[in-house]
Amino acid sequence: MSNQEINGLDAAFAKLKADGRTALIPFITVGDPDPETTLDILEALEQAGADVVELGVPYSDPLADGPVIQRASERALRHGITIASCIRTAAQARERGISLPFVLFTYYNPVLQMGIEGFLQEVNAAGISGLIIPDLPFEESEEMLALADAANIKLIPLVAPTSSGRISRILDRARGFIYCVSSLGVTGERTSFHTDVDEFIASVKAQTDLPVAVGFGISSREQVQRFAELCDGAVVGSAIVRKIEDSISLLENRDTKSQALLQIRDFVAQLKL
Amino acid sequence: MKQVPDEHGRFGPFGGRYVPETLMNALMELEQSYLTYKDDPAFQQDIAYLLKQYSGRETPLYYAERLTEHLGGAKVYLKREDLNHTGAHKINNAIGQGLLAKRMGKQKVIAETGAGQHGVATATVAALLGLECKVFMGEEDTKRQQLNVFRMKLLGAEVVPVLSGTRTLKDACNEALRYWVSHVQDTFYILGSATGPHPYPMMVRNFQRIIGDETRAQILQAEGRLPEMLVAAVGGGSNAIGMFYPFIEDTDVQLVGVEAAGRGVDTEFHAATMTKGTKGVFQGSMSYLLQDEFGQVQPAHSISAGLDYPGIGPEHSYLKDIQRARYYPITDQEALDALQLLSRTEGIIPALESAHAVAQVVKLAPKMAADDIIVICLSGRGDKDVESIMAYTEGGEA
Repeated sequence: MSNQEINGLDAAFAKLKADGRTALIPFITVGDPDPETTLDILEALEQAGADVVELGVPYSDPLADGPVIQRASERALRHGITIASCIRTAAQARERGISLPFVLFTYYNPVLQMGIEGFLQEVNAAGISGLIIPDLPFEESEEMLALADAANIKLIPLVAPTSSGRISRILDRARGFIYCVSSLGVTGERTSFHTDVDEFIASVKAQTDLPVAVGFGISSREQVQRFAELCDGAVVGSAIVRKIEDSISLLENRDTKSQALLQIRDFVAQLKL
Repeated sequence: MKQVPDEHGRFGPFGGRYVPETLMNALMELEQSYLTYKDDPAFQQDIAYLLKQYSGRETPLYYAERLTEHLGGAKVYLKREDLNHTGAHKINNAIGQGLLAKRMGKQKVIAETGAGQHGVATATVAALLGLECKVFMGEEDTKRQQLNVFRMKLLGAEVVPVLSGTRTLKDACNEALRYWVSHVQDTFYILGSATGPHPYPMMVRNFQRIIGDETRAQILQAEGRLPEMLVAAVGGGSNAIGMFYPFIEDTDVQLVGVEAAGRGVDTEFHAATMTKGTKGVFQGSMSYLLQDEFGQVQPAHSISAGLDYPGIGPEHSYLKDIQRARYYPITDQEALDALQLLSRTEGIIPALESAHAVAQVVKLAPKMAADDIIVICLSGRGDKDVESIMAYTEGGEA
């Protein structure tokens, strides 16, 4: 299976735009609590109406992540999850008939150790449409971007509230969509957002034709609603990963697994506008 | 030899800036400020004043006559960084970065620490300059180095125990970086080693080069010539790069870095990044790294908390690849033996980190000629380690 001529992300955002809707983009850590359950969770996310899914590759030193995703990484790593096995999980999801676009979220070192070209081949074959590499600023991404372009994989950049003078250079190299970081700090739920963020998102929106999504700290329907008025998508990560964490004992018990998956599905469905 | 790093912070293929976008502007701003003040005579005067009147520099270059006799080979000199205020070379860099923070108008500083030496140095400078200070320290290390934890608290710093990952130095660095991402607008990160994203490896090297600069002048005065060999311990590598850098062009001077082999490089319990590591990106820069084939960082092990780190500064990786410096592993046991030897022959109890450098000299000096000269960077004093040495030598694991 390989990517079609039209990248899955482009197709999804084009349709959302035509329908006048905002993308709901859940994030999960692959292999948390185990690889098989990840496939079930992906099915639940699709049923819940997710528009794109971020597949987080667990990493030993997740610099950009708060405690919830750190713990998920540790759980997944205990199952021996690797970047290659995460890509295989995506391919298996495709075999199960899950069709929503995938974005792989990974730190740079696992990619480097796999070899960029081999990595992109696997990513392509697994039907993954985009990449987010949080520790690869544009100064270091030239090779990655050229090779990803050649493979029709979108290298999605992060833009931070502190990016200011760097924004136009980031946008020049942006592919797929722009990931605006809502506020300073690592991933994790936030109770409120500074009003500066509205201005920040508006200024990014004004400088690009690509879709703009916001992430870091969005955990409730109200917050999704708040950002939907400003941009084209909302990423919800830690809140969903926490929901999974809270359901682990149910997920691990054969008798209660489907009930737990329904709860995860319902949690994500109510985030959807 | 060409000047490194280049404007992208590259030492050959090593170095760079692999950090979240949120930090990029802060790193650019830091680089700009550093480059401005680096050549500012008033700033340089402030540093020189504190290094002399506050830290007690210059530190002596001491001829270790009894150790030399015992080893029966090359003449061994000790560069006594252990005689600095706070007991290690870390203060050189903390003074430099603390003054820079002040110049940049930052009132809050953070630091990571392993053995606690950099944490103590930062807490000290923060007290001196009236800055608010938070030190991140792996929970494992807070137990190994309780005295230093208390010392930092006495100095008015807040010590934040880090519970993530392996709860040692690498996780303290992660947590300090995470905290910095959240507080980048009013907080200065005083990074303690020649590691991390550009400009840190360059800046820390330059603040530490005083070790090598003084050594050069002192050995010329004492012996009328440069030494055959410089030996220094490497965790992240700040004392070593500070010692080596002023001698890089003197290709007759051999540069020897000593890393921690823990229980042995063929066990899982070591911190021998150069001997066993491969190239990778870790905590902001490309360098050698202890990792598995999938790019997951492997936990390090050393009896010395300051060397217990799976990475190494990018300039060391560069010096290794261009074969300007060589790196050797020393086990926990070899370091302990060397610590006792130096204590008994010279009455100097070295830090466990520095004892690794001494142990390498115990191996090398006897094979060298009597008129050869070796200078060891004695980076810190051993008071902080007495408790863990006691635990180790009395049969238990430190």
